[in-house]
Amino acid sequence: MRHTISLLLENEAGALSRVAALFSARGYNIESLTVAPTQDPTMSRMTIVTRGSDGVIEQITKQLNKLIDVIKLVDLTEGTNIERELLLLKVKAATNNQREEIKRLVDIFGGRIIDVGEANYTIELTGKCGKIDAFIKAIEEPLIIEVVRSGVSGISRGNKSLHI
Amino acid sequence: MASETERLTGAEILIRCLAAEGVEFVFGYPGGSVLHIYDALFKQDKIQHILVRHEQGATHAADGYARSTGKPGVVLVTSGPGATNAVTGIATAYMDSIPMVVITGQVPTFLIGNDAFQEVDSVGITRPCVKHNFLIDDVKKLASTIKKAFFIATSGRQGPVVIDIPKDITAHFADFVYPETMEMRSYKPIVVGHPGQIRKAAELILSAKRPMIYTGGGVISANASEQLIEFTRLLGYPITQTLMGLGSYPATDSQFVGMLGMHGTYEANMGMHESDVLIAIGARFDDRVTGDLPKFCPDAKIIHIDVDPSSISKTVRVDIPIVGSVEQVLQDLINAIRDTGQKPNADALSTWWMQINAWRAKNCLRYDRNSELIKPQFVIEKLYEVTQGDAFITSDVGQHQMFAAQFYKFDKPRRWINSGGLGTMGFGLPAAMGVQLAYPNAPVVCITGEASIQMCIQELSTCKQFDLPIKVVNLNNRYMGMVRQWQEMFYDKRYSHSYMDALPDFVKLAESYGHVGLSITKPADVEGALREALAIKDRLVFMDFIIDQTENVYPMVTAGKGQHEMLERELA
Repeated sequence: MRHTISLLLENEAGALSRVAALFSARGYNIESLTVAPTQDPTMSRMTIVTRGSDGVIEQITKQLNKLIDVIKLVDLTEGTNIERELLLLKVKAATNNQREEIKRLVDIFGGRIIDVGEANYTIELTGKCGKIDAFIKAIEEPLIIEVVRSGVSGISRGNKSLHI
Repeated sequence: MASETERLTGAEILIRCLAAEGVEFVFGYPGGSVLHIYDALFKQDKIQHILVRHEQGATHAADGYARSTGKPGVVLVTSGPGATNAVTGIATAYMDSIPMVVITGQVPTFLIGNDAFQEVDSVGITRPCVKHNFLIDDVKKLASTIKKAFFIATSGRQGPVVIDIPKDITAHFADFVYPETMEMRSYKPIVVGHPGQIRKAAELILSAKRPMIYTGGGVISANASEQLIEFTRLLGYPITQTLMGLGSYPATDSQFVGMLGMHGTYEANMGMHESDVLIAIGARFDDRVTGDLPKFCPDAKIIHIDVDPSSISKTVRVDIPIVGSVEQVLQDLINAIRDTGQKPNADALSTWWMQINAWRAKNCLRYDRNSELIKPQFVIEKLYEVTQGDAFITSDVGQHQMFAAQFYKFDKPRRWINSGGLGTMGFGLPAAMGVQLAYPNAPVVCITGEASIQMCIQELSTCKQFDLPIKVVNLNNRYMGMVRQWQEMFYDKRYSHSYMDALPDFVKLAESYGHVGLSITKPADVEGALREALAIKDRLVFMDFIIDQTENVYPMVTAGKGQHEMLERELA
């Protein structure tokens, strides 16, 4: 099953590689991993999307907790949560037809065209993974020049939060 | 009040920190990146430096010191090859959860990443085999990082910590303040077990009809021998131990049913298999213990006490996990059992013991006592007699290690020093150096084989330099015995590269290092040689026992088999 695990870790040199090395050394799967500092610059927030049986997910959370740099961890999948991913997409937009069709799709999905070139558009779209997947699928493949996805960031809904 | 602080170089700060931690010995080898540190070592007399002949030896020696004393072992090596040579010893300590602080020199900060002379990414290379590691980037952080390193290495599930120190940092000045305590927001080991879980465990333990206590190295790490003995005697239940756990419960006690696992006793493995309540304490359900997992303890409800949450339900699902320090949890569990006012089911227990004693009667460790060749088991039995079971025994890895575990009855913890998890050949001799330094007047015996000993034999030179009167028992069968055994059993006797051709004359070799060498070729001479060697208190004695080449370790749980499906020795 797919799980979204969110963690706070010390913003130390090597903290990211410890997490990445743990996944490769123990043969766990990473679908995506994002990390950036929080309001407290000594602390980073990481979101990992992974897949595995209940036993594997249990081991992943335990092994992550065991890393000295990991301060706190929550499996967001266990409660209601909000997940978002950012997509930057560069597409061919050479003919009027292409431009109109792309503009229409971007509007439907609630994205924005953030850069207009001579024969291309760059699009920004945020949303759940599924929405991003659907948008990429909706664009005719020959038109796609470049796909950049940020990976998933996640947060709990309501009163729940991950903080120290 | 303004306290006066001293301004010291990084190298001086390091030495002062080690002294503040009560470090007696640093095992190391100098080189370019650590020259400032070696200069600071030269100018002080609190810490003794033990110069090894290879960095692997330094790590094993520090490891042997740590295993025998419970205090962290300290290693100092240079950058590049110094650090890479240390990796095997670091991994060995990591697999067996041994507290160690390893200081590796590094090229100066301004050269890091330039492929400088003797540069290697030590933090990267050691990352998968340390509990934690640090690269120092500022001399101001040095003292607090060393404090953290000792705190991490010696708390929770213990393990090695590497501190990589660039050379320029050791020359920079800073005010020296050594923190007295260490608090880390990201690292808070759990000590006290959950009271509800402990109550549930107490009830299940008292309801058992066919209980088995199964303990590992965690009991020794936690210094929980006393609690384990009280717990086991309170209940009257049988107890088995892993290779790493031996000694934390007296092996000569009648409740002890021997080691379990691949080369465990029949009664221990059958007892595990047939048990209805399994009490696992500071053990990790290693593959050498469980055999084929689907067949493991089919009827048992399992209680697992461990300081490391990730050890719980890693390979075997358990029913009642208790995370906490083994010592603390055992004490609370003893109290919880007493509080119930109940006693174990005496009738069920007596039936269970009858069954166990019937298994015991098979005498699974039997071997041919009438052989004209020296049997390795016989040497260990005689060693046990001659040392009255009171020596520190280190071992290398292979058949001799299993024979030592089976035939030397350890009654005290921290007397059996061997590489269990990683299975590192070459461990025994340097580990014995660490033990002998910690206990200069105690008998320290390294049980080894002619293959293993050659992996760190250069340390015979260190033994000479520091007058370490270690007794080496070399069980010389001219084969990598365990490899040969597997080839005999599973590869149709194709002995591919397991023969040790062109061996040195070990007696002359020992003598050339300035030690005493003895060659023993007949069973009748075994006891005499051991008595002679152990009577020599001030010199290393290398005993080369020429043993039966065909001897195998039994019983044996082979791959894919359950614990109850052991191969036994057939005697003519």
